[in-house]
Amino acid sequence: MLEANINELERRFQEKIDNDQKIEPNDWMPDNYRQTLIRQISQHAHSEIVGMLPEGNWITRAPNLRRKAVLLAKVQDEAGHGLYLYSATETLGADREETIDDLHSGKAKYSSIFNYPTLSWADMGVIGWLVDGAAIMNQVPLCRCSYGPYARAMVRVCKEESFHQRQGYEIMMTLAKGTPEQKAMAQDALNRFWWPSLMMFGPNDAESTHTAQSMAWKIKRSTNDELRQQMVDITVPQAELIGLTIPDPDLKWNEEKQGYDYGEIDWDEFWSVVKGNGPCNKERVDARRKAKENGEWVREAANAYAAKQKMKKAS
Amino acid sequence: MGARSGKCICGEAKNEKSILIKKDFSKMANNEWPLWEVFIRSKQGLSHKHVGSLRAPDAEMAVENARDVYTRRSEGISIWVVESNNIHASHPSEADSLFEPAHSKVYRHPTFYDVPDGISHM
Repeated sequence: MLEANINELERRFQEKIDNDQKIEPNDWMPDNYRQTLIRQISQHAHSEIVGMLPEGNWITRAPNLRRKAVLLAKVQDEAGHGLYLYSATETLGADREETIDDLHSGKAKYSSIFNYPTLSWADMGVIGWLVDGAAIMNQVPLCRCSYGPYARAMVRVCKEESFHQRQGYEIMMTLAKGTPEQKAMAQDALNRFWWPSLMMFGPNDAESTHTAQSMAWKIKRSTNDELRQQMVDITVPQAELIGLTIPDPDLKWNEEKQGYDYGEIDWDEFWSVVKGNGPCNKERVDARRKAKENGEWVREAANAYAAKQKMKKAS
Repeated sequence: MGARSGKCICGEAKNEKSILIKKDFSKMANNEWPLWEVFIRSKQGLSHKHVGSLRAPDAEMAVENARDVYTRRSEGISIWVVESNNIHASHPSEADSLFEPAHSKVYRHPTFYDVPDGISHM
């Protein structure tokens, strides 16, 4: 295609975006827009799928039937969210099988938070409260993302995840009101997950390489630091209400900016986990790979059954 | 990351899923399941509406998977699944010639007509 044509197409594309029109799968889009979306949506899908593992760890040990039913429903939702998102990557021309294999080979990334272990039942509480809370904060603006299928998937995901956060907070509240041991367990979970939860929003704006372009394309609607600040401001009073302490000695209300100042994030830890050296990176990817291998015979059987039914119908 | 160049899409794809169909043929050898579009009727009296897609080896399993993926919160009372490569769609580049003719025919709308004040039931 002539360069002049491409420039014209790009101009019209950006005009659509500036007018808040959605881009749909078959519309012309710049290659970089497509690649950026495929990278972001597939990472998001992988995060949903890997995110099942730390929680799946506690299904058999949930303290009662109510909690167990809730945890099962939540984990099942995460599987569903992964599926919506893999479908969205397919509308961009990504190959589903290859996308999943990229996770298994370590080529693709997923949210680093899932590389931390879940050591106690309170971790189910803190994950729902903070990890799902941070995810929702990220995803609500994505409901207005310029790419139609991603935005629609986010609407469904956000609707479903609001219970995830509430059930987590309920667990924390129950533990905080319980015996001293239970309260200590809740505090310990908060201590371990607070900083990794803030890291979920990604590097500081100054260091975030994709932010400017993604904002211009309306793939991203708020910057990492804006969202992180919102998260801190919303969460601090929630912790206070149930008598838990945010593990940050530098946390202080700033009257001028009407928000909290908070301590420095340990970015060395963040990058180390992103690069694969977190406590559970290997375990998580191994578990996914094993799940695919162990499910092979089920998929084979389903194919054989489908072929047989087809033959029966034909004869 | 698993993506091909976006080039093939502009102006060539004749329907929404045609680039996927091309890929599907090569993938069949790997037993990748066909793609299905899912439509849900949310209640009696409403039409089925597209909600998304999924992969399944056959129609029966596509319906069962659609139940689990798209109706976990009583979103539907009826499911349609259609294999994606059976969907034929208009192309965005043809949108002008297809839909522009309707834009100039404002007299097809009731608001086009002058009606004196005081007239009701019209």
